[in-house]
Amino acid sequence: MASVELRGFSWRHAGRKAPAVRDVDLRIGSGERVLLLGPSGSGKSTLLGALAGLLPEDSGEQSGEILVDGIDARKARERTGIVFQDPQSQLVMVRSGDDVAFGLENRGFPAGDLWARVDTALDSVGFGYGRARETTALSGGEQQRLALAGVLALRPSLLLLDEPTANLDPEGAGQVRDALRSVLAASESTMVMVEHRVADVVGLVDRVVVLAEDGGLLADGPPGKVFAEHGEELTRQGVWVPGAEPVAVRHAGGPPGAELVRTEDLGLTHPGAETASLSGVDLAVGAGELVAVLGANGSGKSTLALMLGGLLRPTSGRVILAGGAASPHKWRAPRLARTVGSVFQNPEQQFVASNVRDELALGPRRIGMPAGEADRVVGELLERLRLSALAEANPYTLSGGQARRLSVATALATAPGLLVFDEPTFGQDRRTWAELVDLIGTLRDEGRGIVAVTHDRDFTAVLADRSVTIHKGRIAC
Amino acid sequence: MLTLAPLAAPSGWLSRRNPAAKLGVVAVISLAAVSTTDPLTPAILLAAELLALPFCGIRIGAFLRRSRLLLLAALSVTLVNAVFADGGGDVVLQVGPLRLTDAALFTGAALGLRVLAVAVPGVLVFATTDPTDLADSLVQQLRAPARFAIGSLAAFRMLPLLSAEWRMIAMARRARGVDAGFDPVARIRLFTSTMFALLVGAIRRGTRLATAMDARGFDARTPRTIARPQRMRPVDWVMLTAAVLVAAGAVAISVALGVFRGIF
Repeated sequence: MASVELRGFSWRHAGRKAPAVRDVDLRIGSGERVLLLGPSGSGKSTLLGALAGLLPEDSGEQSGEILVDGIDARKARERTGIVFQDPQSQLVMVRSGDDVAFGLENRGFPAGDLWARVDTALDSVGFGYGRARETTALSGGEQQRLALAGVLALRPSLLLLDEPTANLDPEGAGQVRDALRSVLAASESTMVMVEHRVADVVGLVDRVVVLAEDGGLLADGPPGKVFAEHGEELTRQGVWVPGAEPVAVRHAGGPPGAELVRTEDLGLTHPGAETASLSGVDLAVGAGELVAVLGANGSGKSTLALMLGGLLRPTSGRVILAGGAASPHKWRAPRLARTVGSVFQNPEQQFVASNVRDELALGPRRIGMPAGEADRVVGELLERLRLSALAEANPYTLSGGQARRLSVATALATAPGLLVFDEPTFGQDRRTWAELVDLIGTLRDEGRGIVAVTHDRDFTAVLADRSVTIHKGRIAC
Repeated sequence: MLTLAPLAAPSGWLSRRNPAAKLGVVAVISLAAVSTTDPLTPAILLAAELLALPFCGIRIGAFLRRSRLLLLAALSVTLVNAVFADGGGDVVLQVGPLRLTDAALFTGAALGLRVLAVAVPGVLVFATTDPTDLADSLVQQLRAPARFAIGSLAAFRMLPLLSAEWRMIAMARRARGVDAGFDPVARIRLFTSTMFALLVGAIRRGTRLATAMDARGFDARTPRTIARPQRMRPVDWVMLTAAVLVAAGAVAISVALGVFRGIF
């Protein structure tokens, strides 16, 4: 159990003009469970990092104080433990047990009791394998529970959670929440959590603290009271407030038009693999319809998206794009870009240029569009996707929502009739989510055919005209 | 999927030996093999290595598959040197302008055998050593700093992720209308820009990993606990001693027979 106190705390990262966290006064008592909310850019993650003592004094400029049990958070690091968003970049060791032992070794924990402590931590998160299990063989939900075990083994009196389920599919996120629930029930440690999807975690906390966009706190109190008093404002800022009015359902106005893509007995078996990643898929998508492709992680749905986009060579069957042309994986890239636009889950993987304007101009140039027309297309897209102010910015510096908008815009720049999205709304706050739903719905209504691979049930409910579920490499229904 | 597990079963004889001792064996053998330019010394070393092979707990088929490039390299080193080394001796074979003499063949064989004598133990150690055990042993026996050994292990763990990331970036570029076709200049540019994107991602991920490691006390100044003790057992010393004897013996035999040609 640790208490936390912030007195007029501000932090500005070196090289930035505006402070990331501004004028926060906050007291958290021992054993309190706090959900920390705020619009994107209000400094939630920075604040959590500061509490974990992970902001070195020379990495920015601090004013005020941040204390854990009355001492500077940097000197109280042995009392705190933090779980981050991305499981891949917080697991250290090859074997699961060794990973949990890592923190104990670092702190000089007595060797005689170490492995018993590791086993206790693994049990507490419901880890279903032995210590020797390789960390790369785990699913995202399992990896994140392992990361939690690695932190819990150190028995922190202040547990910090930075969007621990944001990178996981719904099943994995559920596993992590279940683990957290039992861990919190069995311990008395203080907990501070950042999470967009409030409804999922509100049962784990007894207090909600909302950071204001321009510094200080917007609200602080029991969850029911905060949401009753500030619900609308929080929704506007992008927080998924429980019970907020759902976005209106929006389906296609009429039956689908001309067929844009068809697959015949499509399948893929990786070399050396015993079972097919995907097999026997027959699917057709027409103009002006949105087909959601659902399924658990590893079901083969992303593989399907890549093959529809002509990016992966099928090992059986074929893909036929508009006009009856088959096997797009053999096409040159410019022809492909004119026919089908693929938008990847991670926008940064698709960025090539050094500023937003060049990024948008790249596709039109590659397909041989005359310069004047390309300029017009780029101008329109900047305007339409509200990127005009960012035209000269480096794509790698954009926020999550901006980067996503840019990746959609780059796909639109070559005017393909078919768009294939992989998890378009993944990990977005509600404001960005609503923008993307509106954008993708409009693209469909303009007559494009859209395939969206997604875990997002809300997205599917609002937009999908039809959905197919992939289960173990086959269409289940 | 790529895995970091070693090729051989962990219960094999060599797999159970101390990693630092195995590195010592490689060092001793290599030193003997490069100390001379005659073919007899590396031939004796190689013979000893092959005699030891059945005790290593690695299947011969798997070993040959793992080392096929190595055999090819050794063979081409032999041939190239045999053909292009000048020197006298009797002509063994003449095809057009290419003339193969026994002296040149001798030199080529010596070089090829050296490549094998040095590389075979390397392949065996790599195939029978768990990366975690290696890192532990580097820290415990060779007093390497934990920040280096465990940090390298964590970076090593990320390598398979990089290859998956590379494929994704390449596909993402193609989706944007960017490909190189058969134009070599465009290929180099595409390769460079894909590599850049990969590096940006790797640096970000590496930074996050380093923060997560420090958050679990990796930068604490307290002495680390040894959770997985690595010991030099008597049998490890025996193995190391045997390697020293074999190396010394090989050199001694070639000196005695008068073929030893030291490089110093």
